Parts: sequence; C-alpha cells; structure tokens
Amino acid sequence: MNTKEIYDLLKAKFNGKVLAYNEPPKDAFIVVDAKSLPEITTFLKDDGQLLMDSLVCLSGVDYPDRFSVAYHLFSTKKLHKTVIKVNTDRENPSVPTVSNVWPGAVSYERETFDLFGIIFYGHPNLERLLMPDDWEGYPLRKDYKFPAFYHGINAAGRSPGTHRIVNRDNYA
Amino acid sequence: MPESETAKQSEGFSELSRAVSTFVGEELVINFGPQHPSMHGVLRLIVKSEGEIVSEITPVIGYLHRGMEKIAERLNYHQFMPYTDRIDYLASMNCNFAYAATVEKLAGIEIPKRAEYIRVIMAELNRIASHLVFFGTAGLESGAWTPIVYAFREREYIVDLFDMTCGQRLTYNYFRIGGVADDLPKGFMEKARAFCDYFEPKIKEYNELLSYNEIFIKRTANVAVLPPETAVKYSVTGPNLRASGVKWDLRKNEPYSIYPEIDFDIPVSSGEKGMVGDTWNRYIIRMREMEESVKIIRQCLDKIPEGDYLTKVPRLFKAPPGEVYCRFENPRGELGFYLISDGGKSPYRLKIRTPSFAHLWVLPEISTGGMISDLIVAFGSLDLVVPEIDR
Repeated sequence: MNTKEIYDLLKAKFNGKVLAYNEPPKDAFIVVDAKSLPEITTFLKDDGQLLMDSLVCLSGVDYPDRFSVAYHLFSTKKLHKTVIKVNTDRENPSVPTVSNVWPGAVSYERETFDLFGIIFYGHPNLERLLMPDDWEGYPLRKDYKFPAFYHGINAAGRSPGTHRIVNRDNYA
Repeated sequence: MPESETAKQSEGFSELSRAVSTFVGEELVINFGPQHPSMHGVLRLIVKSEGEIVSEITPVIGYLHRGMEKIAERLNYHQFMPYTDRIDYLASMNCNFAYAATVEKLAGIEIPKRAEYIRVIMAELNRIASHLVFFGTAGLESGAWTPIVYAFREREYIVDLFDMTCGQRLTYNYFRIGGVADDLPKGFMEKARAFCDYFEPKIKEYNELLSYNEIFIKRTANVAVLPPETAVKYSVTGPNLRASGVKWDLRKNEPYSIYPEIDFDIPVSSGEKGMVGDTWNRYIIRMREMEESVKIIRQCLDKIPEGDYLTKVPRLFKAPPGEVYCRFENPRGELGFYLISDGGKSPYRLKIRTPSFAHLWVLPEISTGGMISDLIVAFGSLDLVVPEIDR
C-alpha cells in the first residue's frame, strides 16, 4: 500500500481526525489530529491490512508557526511504509505519546522533548536525554539562544567550528 | 604482634564480614562507564544487580553530544559532509554515502555510473573493516585476545586502500554530492582484488579460531536472546534484526545505487547453535556478511565502467523545497536521513536516524535477568558505536 491508499483507509475510518494528505515534491505524508494520535497509531499497528509494526524514525521539526512531529512507519510484514505527522502550537507544545504502541518511541520521544521541548503526555519517563539535566532551553528550536556560559565554563567554545556557528547571529 | 593489635585486626575482620552479610539479598548499584577501557566512546550503564544477576539497566547517554543536527542547519550542503564522517567513525564511507545520496535525491542530481561503482566498493570495504572491529571486540569481550590482533591485521589492508584513495586512515570524507572526490588511484583495482583473494580464506580461519570454538559457543549461545517481535518493536535493524530471523536488508528490499545489478545473498540466522536471536547468531551473521561483501566488491571491480567520477555541483547550490527520508544499510543497521529543505542553501532540518540509538534500548530488554558477564558479551554483540548514539 502506498501513502495515498493508507490515507484513504484512515479517512474512511477516522473521518475528521485525519486532517490532510500532502504530496510535497518528494515524500508524501498524512497529517492527523494530535489528540487522536493514540487511536490512529494503534489502528495503524493492528489493522490486518496495515500492520505498521515498526517505528523507523520520529523527528521533531520547528516551523515558524508550529511544531511538527513526523513518524516514519514501516511494516516488516506487509513491506510498506508511510509518514504520519501531527502539528502542535509553539506556545504550549504537547503531543500524546505513542510509546505504548511502539516501545522504541520511548527514547525517540525523550530525545525530541530534550531538543525541542515538546511534551509527550503519557510518556513513562520524560527527562533530558542528551543535554544535562539543568540545561536551559531547547537547542533545536530555531530561536534558541546559545548560552555564553554553563556553570562558569565558557560554553561558546574555543574550537573554530563552534565559534563561527555561535558568533554568526545569536550569541547571547 | 602485640595482643592488642591482633584483637583490633580481628575486630576489623568481623566488621567486614558483618558488612558483607548485610549485602546478601540486597541490590547493588554498579556504574559501568562513562569511560571504560574496553569500550569505544563514553556510555554509562547504571546496573542494579543481585549478586551476579542483573536486575535493572539504565543507559545514560549524552556525554558525546555534539549537536550535529543543529550544525547542519547552519552549514551549506557541501560543508556538512565531513561531519557525517564522525557519526559512525568505523564506517565513515557508509555515512558519507547515505548523506550524499539523500541530498542528491532531494535535489534531483544524477551521478555518473563510475561514481556509483566506486561508492559501492568503498562502502563494502568499509563494511568489512567495521565487521572486523566487531569480530575483534567480540572475542575480547568474551575473553579471547587473539581475534583482535588478527582483525586489525586484516583491517590494515583496507585502511591502506582508503589511504591511497583519499589520504586518510579514519574519517575519510571521500564522497561528494554528485559523485566522489577523486578517481580511483593507479593500482587500486589490483590491490583490491589481491585483498579479496587474501581475505576470503581468512574468514574460514576466523571460523575455526572463534566461531565454532566450544568455549565461545558456551559463552554466547542462548545468551541475551532477542526475539524477532521485540526486535521489530524497538526498531532494531541491520545484522541484529537478521540475527533474529527477519530477512530484511535495504540493499535488497529497497535497493539504492547499483545494488540491484549485483548478485549477493542476505544471511539470516536460523538458530544453528541455540535460539534464534541469541548472541552467537548476532556474531555469526556478521561473519557471513563479510563473505557477501567480498562477493560484491569482486563484481564491482569486474563491472566498473570508464568515465566521469563527479558531476559538477555548484558550491552554493539550493535544494528545491520539499522533504525526503532516505534509508541505507550501514554495517550497524539502518542509517536514515530525514532532510527538509525550504529552498535555501542549507537544510531546514536534518534528522539523523542512527542504528545504534535504536539498538541501545534493547540492551536492558535482553540482558535483565542474566549474569553481569553476559551483559558485557551482549553489549559487544549489539555492535554499538557511541558517537552514533549521541550525534
């Protein structure tokens, strides 16, 4: 099944919760309502036609007006794949967890929370993963200000690469 | 010895024995890492154990986090290429390959046939080099010293080939968007062929030395079993997935580059010495993959056409707006690049999906309830590379 067929199937089953089908220049994706994500993902995993048993990749994206989370799904039994996306506002970003559907999502969601500040509610252990526990801000946001100091250490760094990146426009 | 001192000493002993007796039946927390001489990279495992039995494992990562995804948003497409070398330093060529091909797919760049062949030769040579390090450390972690010496002896030949091609012995940065940096040097073909002839019998030697060694089998068979359902749930890919009996290889199932034109097999474990998905299966699958890689290299060397090795791509080219997710079969599993372009000269977002990141989280799943010494063996068998987890 390709993404269009999966979209038609989801549209028939969850009318009103499946928001859009997009055919951008390269990869097609389906946008669904954030609140209905648990039921839709459970359906995607369990339905006999779909059997999307593997969450290949979960990535957060910071758009100027919203945060978006992309789920790249794949079925090892049916050998088809698709992309599901949810949008959430930048002020109060929150998306339900899918870690009860795919246990692999636990670490991916922690990473996305750590770097974007998106709250995955229902997550068993939503803590910092890559950054220190007391790190301020979410580094992969577009408006992130890099701190000049961390615990008295010059966090801007001495290596030429870091320096250039930090100094370009957002040295706090 | 004066009597008072003897008394003091015996008091000390009894205190010690009291302390020991309070440990019995209690949990002990052991920190593995962040740095450990037998491990490449910094990874910390907080292990709770009861006696020698592991009851809980909590991996702690982030010590190596370099913010590569953020850096990608600040550099143009060409400039990010050397950073991909550092994702998986044992398989830099494969990471180069994946990134270059992802950008090419998004920007619609056609690359010359000769470049495709060179790329596959390099990727497969690097796969062998990476699996050789695995073979060496797998021996080391189960208490055998000889394999690592053998493995590095053979790896040296591959590193020499890379050295003559691009002047580097690690972090090669040989691929370019549009092809490869330079044509194959004089004498490369002969040397690569000679390597294949030299290396193939060595695999048999390794099998005699370690794979079918009675002690090694006792240490690894039926240890840390990863059933196929668990593997799929945790997005485990590559040799670790195939060791669990799932026949899935991106080179065959979602072929890219020139892989469809090449004849090779995908080794899948069937539980020869123990259960499907145990440590021994994860080990042997890589030994068999090396044989397949030799096959691929031989065919590429025979078929490689003459012609260009690089399409000229402007230094500041702009990829059209859109997004693409490309997946590649790296030595450790599926490496995916999720690339979003807004039409600018640098990626709007580049998410790097690395195999080790997914594999790390099955370690608690498969090692809990086993012995601490088995945890080390299981950890080795997953073939994790820490910079790839942290990025």
